[in-house]
Amino acid sequence: MQGKMERTTGEKMVLNFGPQHPATHGTLRIVLELDGESILKATPHAGYLHTGFEKLGEHLDYNQYIVVTDRMNYLSPLSNNFGYVLAVEQLLGIEVPKRCQYIRILMAELSRLADHLLWLGTAALDLGAFSVFLYSFREREKLYSIFEKTTGARLTTSYTRVGGVFRDLYDGFETDARDFITNFPKALKETHTLLTRNRIWMDRTKGVGAISPEDAINYGLTGPCLRATGVAHDIRKAEPYSSYDEMKFDVPVGTNGDAYDRYLVRMEEMIQSCGIVGQALDNLPDGPFSVEDNKIMMPDKSDAYGHIEGLIHHFKIVMDGHGVQPPTGDHYCATESPNGELGFYIVSDGSGTAYRIRIRPPSFFHFQALPHMLEGGMVSDTVAVLGSLNVIAGELDR
Amino acid sequence: MGLANTHIQSGASTEQTDGNIITTTIDKVVNWGRKNSLWPMPFGTACCAIEMMATLASKFDLSRFGSEAIRFSPRQSDLLIVSGRISIKMMPVLKRIYDQMPDPKWVISMGACASCGGVFDTYTLIQGVDQFLPVDVYIPGCPPRPEDLIDAVMQVQRQIQKGELPKGSEVAYNE
Amino acid sequence: MSEEKEVTEETQPIVLEKLREKFADALLADAETSNGVAVVVNKDNSYALLEYLKTELAYAFLVDVTAVDNSNLESELMQYDYARFMVVYHLYTFEGETPRIRVKVPVHEKDLKVTSVTTLWKGANWLERETHDMFGIDFEGHPDLRRILMPDDFEGHPLRKDYPLRGRGERERFNFEKQNV
Repeated sequence: MQGKMERTTGEKMVLNFGPQHPATHGTLRIVLELDGESILKATPHAGYLHTGFEKLGEHLDYNQYIVVTDRMNYLSPLSNNFGYVLAVEQLLGIEVPKRCQYIRILMAELSRLADHLLWLGTAALDLGAFSVFLYSFREREKLYSIFEKTTGARLTTSYTRVGGVFRDLYDGFETDARDFITNFPKALKETHTLLTRNRIWMDRTKGVGAISPEDAINYGLTGPCLRATGVAHDIRKAEPYSSYDEMKFDVPVGTNGDAYDRYLVRMEEMIQSCGIVGQALDNLPDGPFSVEDNKIMMPDKSDAYGHIEGLIHHFKIVMDGHGVQPPTGDHYCATESPNGELGFYIVSDGSGTAYRIRIRPPSFFHFQALPHMLEGGMVSDTVAVLGSLNVIAGELDR
Repeated sequence: MGLANTHIQSGASTEQTDGNIITTTIDKVVNWGRKNSLWPMPFGTACCAIEMMATLASKFDLSRFGSEAIRFSPRQSDLLIVSGRISIKMMPVLKRIYDQMPDPKWVISMGACASCGGVFDTYTLIQGVDQFLPVDVYIPGCPPRPEDLIDAVMQVQRQIQKGELPKGSEVAYNE
Repeated sequence: MSEEKEVTEETQPIVLEKLREKFADALLADAETSNGVAVVVNKDNSYALLEYLKTELAYAFLVDVTAVDNSNLESELMQYDYARFMVVYHLYTFEGETPRIRVKVPVHEKDLKVTSVTTLWKGANWLERETHDMFGIDFEGHPDLRRILMPDDFEGHPLRKDYPLRGRGERERFNFEKQNV
């Protein structure tokens, strides 16, 4: 008898997976060529959520564009706000006060938690673990309420401004954040008990969608997907920005670069983020929460209503062509967003509107590498691999 | 037993006789049943889809309102929730999904982008899906809060209870 | 880039020195940036320079490929012989002192061909497709140069400066029968 059962028929079948499929989260499409149940060829299609963010950047002034960055990776808008204003600030050549840097770190790490939580919920849901979805959303709602109290919105936060943040943390922030980071590791343990040593979960994810470190670099993978292959690369460590060099944290790495490792890396990153939030809270400096140059930041409301200079500054910032005007030149700035390297390449012609804004989205590269991880596997692995990559259509298609 | 035309409201009988008999019209029973078993087809593309997920998850729990049976197959659903930006590349897909849904079908346009393009007045974005689909309920917001989505679903339920036809209905399904 | 300040000879990064040595004639401009270096290279030598950076100087990571339409940026046009487009590559290295390098290649509208770097980096495939889709740059040697973000039957290149923000009416006109979904 043959050692391996003859499963293939020699006939090719084309399966159109998406764009409306529960596991593609709405907008991704993969055309699979199948022989029986094994994947011969996978062709991902992008562009179903193309919104023209980059074109819009050429028509909005620097502060208006923050609103657009919210809607890029909508799992963690605060990270995008952060990355974008950092790029503009570096182009302007200014540095924000220490307190602002810490506030941004706090918000970026909390949104990393929110991002990974949603990823966890949906990736588990795709593989049939519904309870994890409910657990992770329970935790996420707590984060939502912190975001809402800080920024005024649950999801589309628009919290940062060029030169700072638009308001200070609210009074009970420290209590809320500390409360969250003390209870969160316990809550995450529940998920660990549900998934980490779960036979089904391990069978579905171990060895599935593996990629070698060389290939990962060649394909441009970043973030947890790159770290899962064993490359300990984190921009927060490699090129520390905004006081990240003052934080102590570990960069978790995997060994096999498969879906299971990506899961473990993200799980550990959440714990590390909690640690960073704790440190930032311990050392949160006093002082101004944004630069005090009124040519960049709007003056305080009381100032705008009470003093003529304040009013003039307020006016100039919101008026077309008088707001933030970086010098002519171009700049690329990368930050470690929850998904990987989020870069903004801004070309300025000296006016109040960017000449060109290019966004380097991490998901674009992850989705591109999908065929490499899928081909030769089984059709059911598609869902597991796609779930483990956390491809966000908003930043994939921009 | 009188032939009084009683109404069934909010899922509870209003008149009970000794033999537990309810009298009503067939339409009312059908509408009552239909209203409490909406099967939404979530067409979630962007940020609004995240809030839609939040609506379905533990804190807000849409299933309290009788429409938790999310179906990703248009053939099995009667409520299309368009949540998110619809690009010119996506519009034919959306149209096809809508066409595949069996009558009667309702459409909720969730959020500013689906309703009018939102902040994205760009070359690739449909400025309101109502140019191509009959929308029954619009939800403002960018993105709307989960309560808003729950409210919109209840709005649809009220319309159904009243026996109003969906905007896109070609035949009067109650006749 | 030219606008960035020129630095004195002794603080030059080694990368820049090596590039100057090897591609003396091909380099149109070079400068130091806050997190690396930026060079402008002519089109004929772009592939050779990128290959050299990858294989010899350990710039193993291709961060990004994109383009800029310089048609409204007079200073750039003047400097590079009225080349309308500038194809921009960003590279990263995990080792060395200058982590990031930006390579810019001026491209004339008459001749939109640039050598593809897909043979060096697999990740360049979609990036070049996007640049082709948005700007109309043709990457020679690309295995599959199709549109990626816009529908296949779309006409024009949206990120060119002469393309209107609100489009040319494509979001209202639809032929649902023709669209092959």
